Amino acid sequence: MELAFVIIATVTLGGAVAVMSLRHLVHCALALVVTFAGLGAMYLLLSAEFVAFVQLLVYVGAVAILIVFALLLTRSATVEPHQGLLHSKVAGVGIALLAFGTIISALLTSSRFDRTQITAPSLTVRQIGEELMTRYVLPLEVIGLLLTAATIGAVVIAMDERKVADRSKSAEPEHAAEDKHG
Amino acid sequence: MDIGQLINSILNDPDQVFVLTKAFVVGKFPEGAQPLVSILLSILPILSVFPGLFALTTILERKGLGRIQNRMGPNRVGPFGILQPVADGIKALIKEDVVPRAADKVVHFLAPVVIVIPVIMSYAVLPVGRNMVAIDLDAGLLFFFAVGASTELAVFMAGWSSRNKYSLLGAMRAIGQMISYEIPLILSAITVVMAVGSLSTTSMVDAQAGYYGWLPNWYVFTPWGFAGFLLFLTAATAESNRSPFDIPEGESEIIAGYFVEYSGFKFALFFLGEYLGLFAVSGLAITLFLGGWHAPLPFLEWIPSWCWFFVKLMCFIVLFIWLRGTLPRLRQDQLMNFAWKFMLPLTLINIVVAGIWRFLEPGMLRWAVCAAILAAAYVLLARGLTAARGVAPREYRYAEN
Amino acid sequence: MLGEGILKGMVETARNFAGSYVSKDRLTTVEYPEERIAPKENARQFPFLVFDGNDPMAGLRCVACQICEKECPPKCIYIEKSKDKKPDFVGKMQFYPATFDIDVSVCMSCQICVEVCPFDAIKMDQEYELSNDDRFGGLLLNKTRLAKSNEYYGKMHPQEAGAIDESRLKTKEAAEAKVKADAEAKVKAAAEAKAKEAQPPTAPPNKGA
Repeated sequence: MELAFVIIATVTLGGAVAVMSLRHLVHCALALVVTFAGLGAMYLLLSAEFVAFVQLLVYVGAVAILIVFALLLTRSATVEPHQGLLHSKVAGVGIALLAFGTIISALLTSSRFDRTQITAPSLTVRQIGEELMTRYVLPLEVIGLLLTAATIGAVVIAMDERKVADRSKSAEPEHAAEDKHG
Repeated sequence: MDIGQLINSILNDPDQVFVLTKAFVVGKFPEGAQPLVSILLSILPILSVFPGLFALTTILERKGLGRIQNRMGPNRVGPFGILQPVADGIKALIKEDVVPRAADKVVHFLAPVVIVIPVIMSYAVLPVGRNMVAIDLDAGLLFFFAVGASTELAVFMAGWSSRNKYSLLGAMRAIGQMISYEIPLILSAITVVMAVGSLSTTSMVDAQAGYYGWLPNWYVFTPWGFAGFLLFLTAATAESNRSPFDIPEGESEIIAGYFVEYSGFKFALFFLGEYLGLFAVSGLAITLFLGGWHAPLPFLEWIPSWCWFFVKLMCFIVLFIWLRGTLPRLRQDQLMNFAWKFMLPLTLINIVVAGIWRFLEPGMLRWAVCAAILAAAYVLLARGLTAARGVAPREYRYAEN
Repeated sequence: MLGEGILKGMVETARNFAGSYVSKDRLTTVEYPEERIAPKENARQFPFLVFDGNDPMAGLRCVACQICEKECPPKCIYIEKSKDKKPDFVGKMQFYPATFDIDVSVCMSCQICVEVCPFDAIKMDQEYELSNDDRFGGLLLNKTRLAKSNEYYGKMHPQEAGAIDESRLKTKEAAEAKVKADAEAKVKAAAEAKAKEAQPPTAPPNKGA
């Protein structure tokens, strides 16, 4: 287990570092996929099958494709250096350290941190499904409604310019990606 | 257990020949190595049988298509040309591996690997026979779709890294098509999940055991199952980029689509990935709707279960070859219209029908109601789709007859 | 509209599938190296040089006029004129090609050389099995490889070859007749000269008439 954790964590973190450091935006997106997949593997290691597969399905299957498409369709893929708001590296590092310190201190002082080792609950997909359909049915429906509204909104925005003239093209891949969240 | 006992128990139950042999071999190893050996012995058959089936399919497809077009098909290598795949494989291996100078070398190299791995992974949850599944996951169906989703990314990697307009166009088409048809694919599989009450593939097969009179208890013999099966089959054809949904390849327009810049064994890997994907999704269709490894008729149960799985799989392969020989390629807008305006509504209606089926009393009434709803929806959607686009017999302005 | 077209198409392809095993007539292709379909009469590949008689080099119709070389759009013909002359089919003294090369890897089969040739010496061939393991030398056809008999041409294009043969025969006959007439005239002139010589002084009154 230890070895598996180390390998998965290394791959995930390596992917995350690559996302920040690679020059080419599409490479960054692909590295992000590695991170997503690594997170999925981590869930699997924690025996959270359902979450792991959904992570793969939604993030690798849909979100990554959406990002990649957005990159290709909106702008040239290369980006000039020094585009951020802050030009000073010192300021950047300072802010990063500050944020990291805040999180660490919050973690150290929280009561959750010193809790003793607890055994992982064994949850089957059936239990998750039953919970979703009984106890959490209202939030589920609300999320579904929200996503449907978002999808319809996206279709309306996409259709606005071309109106009826080009109705046949209204079905675009990004809606598909949206749908998968639901 | 010695070898004599093994042979004895195999003779008693020929159905379990592979399971028993595996247990026997694993038992010969020391305690610590047993899990590893067990895993290896589950993976090896998958890695050898299905690529072998791929080789067989290439020759079958070329022969079949040839006959459909009134040609002979390949018949030079070996008797009746059955060694053609070997020749193809050797050719692919010794060919020069051309990488475009402008290509993104790393991504270009990774794409064929990334396309094959998830496809092979998806075989892990397919029950090939009684007690013959690599891992019996609780969320097997979800696993299948989750790993299948990453092939889109591989297609994008191949298309984008080649720095070729045809590659990129092919990749765009392929991704658009795969995402569009993944929704009907998953939604039509959901009906079976509703009926079984589980995402595990083995429990789906178990739920279809037994016979109703002489008719097997398969879901394809219910109205929603039949509709779901056809929808699943159509979506699966599109998912695996098979004709008539092969516009990502579109030889006549964009040469070969996203793998136009690949040669040698990388090209062969793309083909392997495509065909393995086809087998996997066919295997899933068998598991979902055609009773998995169950025999179609009660008196045929003496034939080993894994035989039935492969017989059904071969039927699927023949059907796909037949379809490819028959149907012309769709246009991009026709493809999208079909997915979003016909398949998607019909799958949603099918889910409702499956729900109705679940809560109605078993009997003729349930049959009639469900079949009527589906037939009406089918006719209305088909008519509506053709009417909305103003489809009519084509008028030829210049050519007479 | 409801998918019956798909079923109809599948029945049709199934009929083709089964039919191709039953009836040989359905098969549109033949097994190439063993069986061949005779090329259509108008099929053409690359040019060749026509020769008459039995000796390819002696019977070449080409007179090295180099019109084809000049007209060839991709410039795939190379001709070197001979130093000496030899008699052609009518007996007239003509040059002949010392070198005549066609690079068929460059040739585009446009047939212009054939159209411009005034001697019917270059024609289009139907030979298509030209694959070679030497991509330069093997596809550069020289005079010996280009020369093919008139009978070979006649087999490919019976009508055209017949017409050409006829007109050539006529030319030849006319030429022979002319030669004969010339000879006769010569003989006559000689005889007359002889006669004149015999009686020179008495001749003048005849001239005026």
